[in-house]
Amino acid sequence: MSAFSAIGEEREIDRDEFTPGIEPQATWCPGCGDFGVLKALKQAMPEVGRNPDEVALFTGIGCSGKLNSYFNSYGFHTIHGRSLPVARAAKLANPELEVIAAGGDGDGYGIGGNHLIHTARENHDMTYIVFNNEIFGLTKGQTSPTSPKGHKSKTQPHGSAKSPIRPLSQSLNAGATYIARTAAVNPNQAKEIIAEAIEHDGFAHIDFLTQCPTWNKDAKHYVPYTDVQQSDEFDFDVSDRVEAAEMMRKTEERLYEGEVLTGRMYVEDARPSYGQEKRAIGEMPEEPLAERYFDEDAEWERTYDNLLEHHK
Amino acid sequence: MTDNELIWRIAGGSGDGIDSTSQNFAKALMRSGLHVFTHRHYPSRIRGGHTYVEVRAKDEPVQSRGDGYNFLLALGDSFARNPQEEAYYGKEELKPLYENFDDLREGGVLLYDEGLLDEEDVDEIELEEAAEENDWHVVPMDLRGIAKEHGREIMRNTAGIGATAAILDIDTAEFEELIEQNMAGDMQEANLNVLQDAYDAAAELDIDHDIEVPESTHDEEQVILSGSNAISYGALDEGCRFISGYPMTPWTDVFTIMSQHLPEFGGISEQVEDEIAAAALALGASHAGVKSMSGSSGGGFALMSEPLGLAEMTETPIVLVEAMRAGPSTGMPTKPEQADLEHVLYTSQGDSARVVFAPANIRECYTQTRAAFRIAYEYQIPAIVVYDQKIQGELRNLPASHFDEEPNADPGSVLTEEEIQDAAHHSSGKFQRFLHEPEDGSNVSPRSVPGQKDGRYLATGNEHNPSGHISEDPENRIAQMNRRLNKLDDIRADLDENASHQAYYGPDDAEYGILVWGSQQDTVFEAVDRLNENGHSVKALGVSDMMPYPVEEVSEWLDSVDEALVVEMNATAQFRGLTQKEIGKYGDKLSSLLKYNGNPFEPAEIVDGFESSINGEDLAATNMKYLPAAGD
Repeated sequence: MSAFSAIGEEREIDRDEFTPGIEPQATWCPGCGDFGVLKALKQAMPEVGRNPDEVALFTGIGCSGKLNSYFNSYGFHTIHGRSLPVARAAKLANPELEVIAAGGDGDGYGIGGNHLIHTARENHDMTYIVFNNEIFGLTKGQTSPTSPKGHKSKTQPHGSAKSPIRPLSQSLNAGATYIARTAAVNPNQAKEIIAEAIEHDGFAHIDFLTQCPTWNKDAKHYVPYTDVQQSDEFDFDVSDRVEAAEMMRKTEERLYEGEVLTGRMYVEDARPSYGQEKRAIGEMPEEPLAERYFDEDAEWERTYDNLLEHHK
Repeated sequence: MTDNELIWRIAGGSGDGIDSTSQNFAKALMRSGLHVFTHRHYPSRIRGGHTYVEVRAKDEPVQSRGDGYNFLLALGDSFARNPQEEAYYGKEELKPLYENFDDLREGGVLLYDEGLLDEEDVDEIELEEAAEENDWHVVPMDLRGIAKEHGREIMRNTAGIGATAAILDIDTAEFEELIEQNMAGDMQEANLNVLQDAYDAAAELDIDHDIEVPESTHDEEQVILSGSNAISYGALDEGCRFISGYPMTPWTDVFTIMSQHLPEFGGISEQVEDEIAAAALALGASHAGVKSMSGSSGGGFALMSEPLGLAEMTETPIVLVEAMRAGPSTGMPTKPEQADLEHVLYTSQGDSARVVFAPANIRECYTQTRAAFRIAYEYQIPAIVVYDQKIQGELRNLPASHFDEEPNADPGSVLTEEEIQDAAHHSSGKFQRFLHEPEDGSNVSPRSVPGQKDGRYLATGNEHNPSGHISEDPENRIAQMNRRLNKLDDIRADLDENASHQAYYGPDDAEYGILVWGSQQDTVFEAVDRLNENGHSVKALGVSDMMPYPVEEVSEWLDSVDEALVVEMNATAQFRGLTQKEIGKYGDKLSSLLKYNGNPFEPAEIVDGFESSINGEDLAATNMKYLPAAGD
């Protein structure tokens, strides 16, 4: 019997279950795109059939990091840039959990960029939502890794001399197997993409455009937007790595020309997740490791019986 | 120097098989009934560079490296690439022969491989003159020739063992058995032939010397292992089934041992992108209910500062190992030092709330790693085991029964689902994970684990209220800070109820004391014996609990002596500083004997240092530094 009865509970899930019984006053500004992520995430949960006690939501630091203050599940608000390593270990410890990580563009593409590369490379079965508002919001409007070249801020008074990072292309190269971009102003698509990402067996990266009405007025709320799957202009095979790379490049470049392209950019179903790979080489137990600690009948190996022989 | 002991030094280049040969030599002597101890010295490179191991063997338990050595097997560095004498690092090929040959004792034997080392070169270092002066027995042998006759050049080391056995009149049966156990086929046969041929060739030389290898038998079954083995086995026996790490010397040792055994123990090992991730993964696994550890050495541990602080703030149990090496920065990667004490005690922002143990030897590595896990998981606090390259690399025999202990996989203060149903919940539905006043009157508020029904809460590095929500309310802040910090008092009381981690040595009524921590402890104990034999009145206290500090125990002991010398392997007397900070007095009673040249103390150095300090003599000409007590 599982020590975690919330996991795999068969029942109807209502999205309101993900709203805390007493809703805290949000720290987000009126009109902030972060509300859109919260709403889309809550809406996706009934679709994937997961309840609050089997979801673990790991966040970084920044406005986006407050997501699990307003989302009713197990939450871990970690440190700046480090949500992914904490989250992926929780998934290894208990693969039955639904693990979601979230953070901002500074968090995921700047300070935590190395973790994103390696988590994508390893293809952990989890979802990562990056709130991309092209700015450092909570620290009051500094240039971020996705700010356009020439972006002026108090820390870049002459405008940024750097080209922005290419988050989608980078994720593709690193090894993510589900990559999409959506926007807070596109709630239906956002909900669908989050649900697909959660159901995807591998590392799913969503670059979620979240307008910052306070510090990034230039971004104009990411409207109008184009859904590349709905548009005749973009006819590409989402499972083809080369075509996906081309689509991503266009998507990244056109954002800075004022054209917002969204949708699924790459989907690869064949590649095994990291947990499957580890199990295949005998480096991860078949049963969730966390269960063992709650099993009174579990037998624990001891070094005296197993290892001391080498030292005699 | 003590009589009736063998200190056998095997010296060569990295890659010449020095380490594995010394391990087999030590194991064979242990099997023959002797007590053994190894001291290892190696450079930070893959191939070449002077590396040596000393195997000290006696008929009673050995607790330290000795003073110098009485048998040198100099294989020479077969990977040396700079033949010029003026080369920056000196003549490398020859270094295993001449470097520290002053430490070869009078009457000692010096066996070298003339198959590799050129006669002209050997003449240049004036070996003959030195041998005459010190009554050394110099034995040139073509070990390379013997090795190549039956197998490959690398078997020079086996030839060296065979020759050693003949010269010292040691039965080769144990060596043969080890070769048979460790090797198969042609390899086994070649090595057995090399061993026998070298034995015969050396026996023919009929070397006359005064070294007597002692004889003894063991009362009970012995094992030989390192501090890294003992730390790993302590972790496994405490139910640790998750480790995450990034390679760094000397921490890599524990990481490797754990990674090799975790799959067969049903656990998971993760080598990750950096040490920030390593500590963060261990935290994530622990949060999800698995007993976890990580670790590193100085520089890598610096990267763990922030996850360590997160563990303190979110009260997520975690055990970290810090394997110290000489700093600052990259320092001397393969050399021991005890200069990261302040680093492990205080790194990370804010007031620190963590447990730090510094085991002094292999026995303590096992018991204190187990204690670190028990405390970490029971009190929801990070626990750090700090040791150094010395204990990491030294092998010692001890009774196998020391490890005959039951496993303990208890995840500590975690609730079951049934208990969660009865536990306090906020009206929002969240489980009250961080109660100001936990129900049992302790300072530990039990946790739930993701996946448990109705256990959801928020863990955050921000200050938080009982259900985990971010809060900057002053009253809540004080309540949470006090509860987290008060756990240290509870842990101190808990440790005091169990067998002390501190080690006492020497006569109770001694006039002088030597205070020591970590890896230098047992060397100090040997020095205490010699000092008392020399007519001094000295005892020693080895402290392992760095945090929470054993204030009462140490105060009581310091009250009982007139003066105390604090011995540690760093330049700024960090442990003495900690002792004065924690106790708040004895500044006029504590002086320091320090060493930071990359080599651990020898017992004779501590004897000299102690005698010089009480006689007010200068230590400037030695490898050590003396810091007087306040007011002196």
